[in-house]
Amino acid sequence: MRAAVLLFLPVVAFAGDPAKGKEIVLGRGDGNCLLCHAIPGADRTAGNLGPSLSGVGSRFSPGQLRSRLIDASRFNPKSAMPPYGRVEGLHAVAPQYRGKPLLTDQEIEDAVAFMLTLK
Amino acid sequence: MKRRTFIFVLAALLACTAQAQNRSGLEFASEEIRRLQASDAENPGMLWVDQGAKLFAQKCASCHVSMKGVAARYPAVENGRIVTLEGKIRHKEAFAYESDELLALTSYVAHQSRGMPIQAKISEKDVQKGNTAYYQRRGQMNLACAHCHEQNWGKHLGAETLSQGQPNGYPAYRLEWQKMGSLERRIRACMFGLHAELPAYGSDAMLELELFLAWRASGLPIETPAVRR
Repeated sequence: MRAAVLLFLPVVAFAGDPAKGKEIVLGRGDGNCLLCHAIPGADRTAGNLGPSLSGVGSRFSPGQLRSRLIDASRFNPKSAMPPYGRVEGLHAVAPQYRGKPLLTDQEIEDAVAFMLTLK
Repeated sequence: MKRRTFIFVLAALLACTAQAQNRSGLEFASEEIRRLQASDAENPGMLWVDQGAKLFAQKCASCHVSMKGVAARYPAVENGRIVTLEGKIRHKEAFAYESDELLALTSYVAHQSRGMPIQAKISEKDVQKGNTAYYQRRGQMNLACAHCHEQNWGKHLGAETLSQGQPNGYPAYRLEWQKMGSLERRIRACMFGLHAELPAYGSDAMLELELFLAWRASGLPIETPAVRR
């Protein structure tokens, strides 16, 4: 529900901070995008389960990036990308993580703002 | 032109064969780890094997002599129940899961089958539940075993290479643990990473998954004591 509402919000509703987004995307916290994606500006070894995020800011709109972060399996049912903003319909989640998304709405906006700089 | 087509088809066929082939975690390990495992003098897992030999002499030798080939036939379905090697060893004395005693005895018994192919007598029907569990997305990460160990093995997760998640090295000495550990502990470590519920040691959910993994690994040689990162 929360995710569904978020999908239709205009990008200005939560202004994303690209500097904070950079930490989320390149850091080792709950974003940790480098585990699977090569990303310009990385200072450690990147994984290659997913595509490189180089130029991702030119290929996708803010809305497209946001909805893929919230739940990539919506676009590719076989996707190995975790849902960063969806909490419903998950199976056998450990008690301490139940009902909590990997990233908050604000963190997702920050990550989107950083990704838009990757032209 | 024709020759080029032939080479292309041959390459594609080879790629398909390689895709379908079972590969031990050893093939994805670093040079250093492979060297450690290859030398009994350096392999830290041999300490547990030696300890297991002593325990076996004390506790098991009155009934059992050679255990060669036994580990290759487990897990098995006995009287309608799934029995792992650990479970079988606990038939007389219920050593705690992950206790030094159980790890030592299991390592000692499995080591006697080192190099022998896993040939558990398991039917496709036996592994139905484990098969379902293997493809079930779970945890906050919403990933199934198959997402990493079937769809993406050989690719890199950060600096690590994803393996097929084969069970043939276990119990194995993991550098991360700095000790020997069971396949069940390793499975729980994956579940922990997914932020998923951890199946209890010896639980039905765990046993079903282990049975499926053995069925999937059929033919891979036992490596106990394997060394893993």
